[in-house]
Order: sequence, then structure tokens, then C-alpha cells
Amino acid sequence: MIKIDQECCDLCGTCVSVCPVDCMELKEAMLVIDNSRCNSCQICVRMCPFKALELVD
Amino acid sequence: MRTEYDVVVVGGGPAGSTTARFAKTPANSVVLFEKDREIGVPVRCAEATSIPDLGRFVKINPCWIASTVTRARLISPSGQAVLLNLPANGAVLHRRIFDHDLAQIAADQGVEVYTKADVYKIERSDRYWRVYVRHLAHDYCLKAKIVIAADGVESRIARFAGIRTQTVLKDIESCAQAMLANIDVTAGQIDFYFSSKWAPGGYVWVFPKGDHCANVGLGVNGAHFDGRSAIDLLNAFISEKFPDAARLTCVAGGVPVAKSLKQIAVDGLLIVGDAARQVNPVTGGGILAAITAGNIAGTVAAGAIDQADWSLKTLKEYQIEWDKGVGKDYSRFYNIKEWMTELSDPELDEIAELLHDIPPTEMNILTVFKVALRNKPTLLFEAIKLFAKMI
Repeated sequence: MIKIDQECCDLCGTCVSVCPVDCMELKEAMLVIDNSRCNSCQICVRMCPFKALELVD
Repeated sequence: MRTEYDVVVVGGGPAGSTTARFAKTPANSVVLFEKDREIGVPVRCAEATSIPDLGRFVKINPCWIASTVTRARLISPSGQAVLLNLPANGAVLHRRIFDHDLAQIAADQGVEVYTKADVYKIERSDRYWRVYVRHLAHDYCLKAKIVIAADGVESRIARFAGIRTQTVLKDIESCAQAMLANIDVTAGQIDFYFSSKWAPGGYVWVFPKGDHCANVGLGVNGAHFDGRSAIDLLNAFISEKFPDAARLTCVAGGVPVAKSLKQIAVDGLLIVGDAARQVNPVTGGGILAAITAGNIAGTVAAGAIDQADWSLKTLKEYQIEWDKGVGKDYSRFYNIKEWMTELSDPELDEIAELLHDIPPTEMNILTVFKVALRNKPTLLFEAIKLFAKMI
């Protein structure tokens, strides 16, 4: 699953725009991930400008 | 807040405010929702644009202009600099003031504006949309004839309407930018650094905002990621080039360098700006595209409400106008971007070397394209057609 460092996240939405399974959303000034749909492809991890995302077990 | 509107605009950037302004007539109702607490903040933008092009849509307020720009300096990986004069006067804007004023112009026409208003769902119901918005801890459900999706790169509203907006890696740049103070900048000049060392598959920009202040940022192409994220690369660049700088802001952002979405109009919904991937794919500039699209979308929406037909049949006029105008130019730019992002550092240096021998009086964007594309006649043809349009 993907772990979000909410302190690093700048709410820019880059991850949301690249997620191939559409499991990320900016909701009321928070990034939220539906990990049940996430396929751990890590595209969001590499595209995050501020390194706020990480793949964890 | 009413329970019914003719047009609901989601997003208070240049695309949303411009669409709202042109959609509003004395006979209809238009509301604009911005999720942040203030229009114009945060500024996720390098802020450069062309003054004459902007002036076609809005009366320029001198307060928007942080600095004017007449030439660009392109710096190759080995440090060779190519100076070129820009075809039209450019400006680095204060987006904070600019965005605020565009919203105010819309409000002056009678557009209602709400900030801290998060549209979290839209649903089709007969010929209308049900728009769910959360504003200051209250949930509202409104009925709307037309929804304008101007919600930026995350493009969530279009997805509610069933349009796939996900961007592939080669078509997006992961960006970080700082506004630096206490630095030396050259007045009237914007700098671009091309190098895989600083910005793989993208570039670094240094856009002056004042005598000792500039937006310094970079974009990394998603397909060229080498383990260093945008913020790592930006920190490295600033440490080497501007070690004494103070950082007044630091923001992240994603810039689509894609073809605009195939479908930007459906029954009762139009997509504008970054949400529709309406960005110049070579430069990553999106201000003019947003305003151009907003002008068309707003006018079409006003006409649709007036005729009481907001089905795709009427709204597709927006798609047609966009596709035959700026959209067509940007498709050409897209082909050039596809070629540019694949250039290696030695190839970039070779182009800079060839440009070195060209007299400054003949140095313009067309010359750069001519030299750079000497082995790509098909692309050169497209570049010339684009250049003819720019002047």
C-alpha cells in the first residue's frame, strides 16, 4: 500500500492525474488513497515532486 | 447560495474565472466554487506569459506585471548560452493579483463566488446535474444545467462525468519551484537550462520577478525519472547557482505536456484549462490556453442557456472552436515536444554550437527551430507554420 506523508504533501494533485487506477483523490485539503484499488505500481511515488509518497507492506 | 444555477464553475483559476465571466449574462445565473480559502493562492505557476495575447481577452492591469521580458537565454548542458529575442513582449505576472482580478471581473458581471467550497461529487439526473458542494462545514446539493470543470491538473470533475483524464508518464512534468530573493538576475531576460543533470526530459526556468527576485523551478518528465525527484533536483540547482538565495515560497506541481483531451464537451459539461490538458506542450505554459478556452467555453455556455439546449449538440461548438484554433497549434507543438524530450545532452550541446555562429540579429525562435530540426524536415515544416502564427 501507499503511505502518504501529509506534512510533505503540497496538495498539487500530480499523483491524482497519473494514477492509472484512479484510486487517489484530493478531498477537503487532504490527499486520500483507496488502497483497496491500489495496484502498487508506484507511478505516484516517482511522480511526487516533494517525495511525500512511499510504498509500504 | 441558491439551490439552482444555470452554470456551476468548479475552480477559480484563470480558466474558471474566464469561463464564468463569458458565461454570465443578465438573464442567467452563474456560480464559481474555489476549494481553497483564497482565489490566486497558492501560486503553482512560473507566471510567464505574452502580453499582447493576454490583451486580446482582458484589459491589462499594470499591477499584474512583476517584470517585462524581451529575450530568452537558452543554456545547453555544457553551459553554452544562446540569446534570442522573443517575437512578442512577455511578462512575468503576479498570479496572486492576476487570478484575484479575473475573479473580480467575473463577479462584477454578476457571477457569485464562494471560496472554501469543495465540489466533491456531481451526478446526472435527467437533463441536469446534481452538484454536491461542501462549504464551511455545510453540505449543499444544487441543481445545475451546465457544469464547467476547471479544477486543474487533478481533473476530478471530468472523471465524475465518465471521462478518462489520467495522463501517461511521458505527458506530464513533475515540477518544483521556489521564489528566490537576494539573487542577481538580468532585467528583461528569462533563462532556460536544458540538461539531464538538472532536469531530465524537462528544463529549469529562471524568471525574474523583480530586481533581486525570481521564480526558479524545474520540471522532470515522468518517463525520464532517474530516482531524483523534482525537489531534490531543485535543491541541487539552487545550491550550485544561487547559494546565497532566500526562498520566499516553495511549491510542487504537475504540468501536463499532453495533447488536449479528445473529449472536452459532453451533455451539460465542459472541461477547460489544465483539467482538459490545454497546455502548450513545448513550454508547459497554460495561462493563455486557459483564457482562450475559457472565452470559448463561456460564450458557448451562455448561448446554450439562452437557447435552452445544453446538450452536446449545442456544447460541441466549444470542442470545434478549440480544435481548429489553439488546439491545432498545440497538436503540432506536441510533436515537437516528443522530439525535444528525447534529445541527449551531446545533441543539445551540438545544437547550441551550431547556433553560436548565427548573428544576433537573425536569432529568433524560427532560427533555433531551423538549426535544431535540420535533420527533421517534417517537424521543421510544422515549426514554420507555428512561427507564422506567432507573429
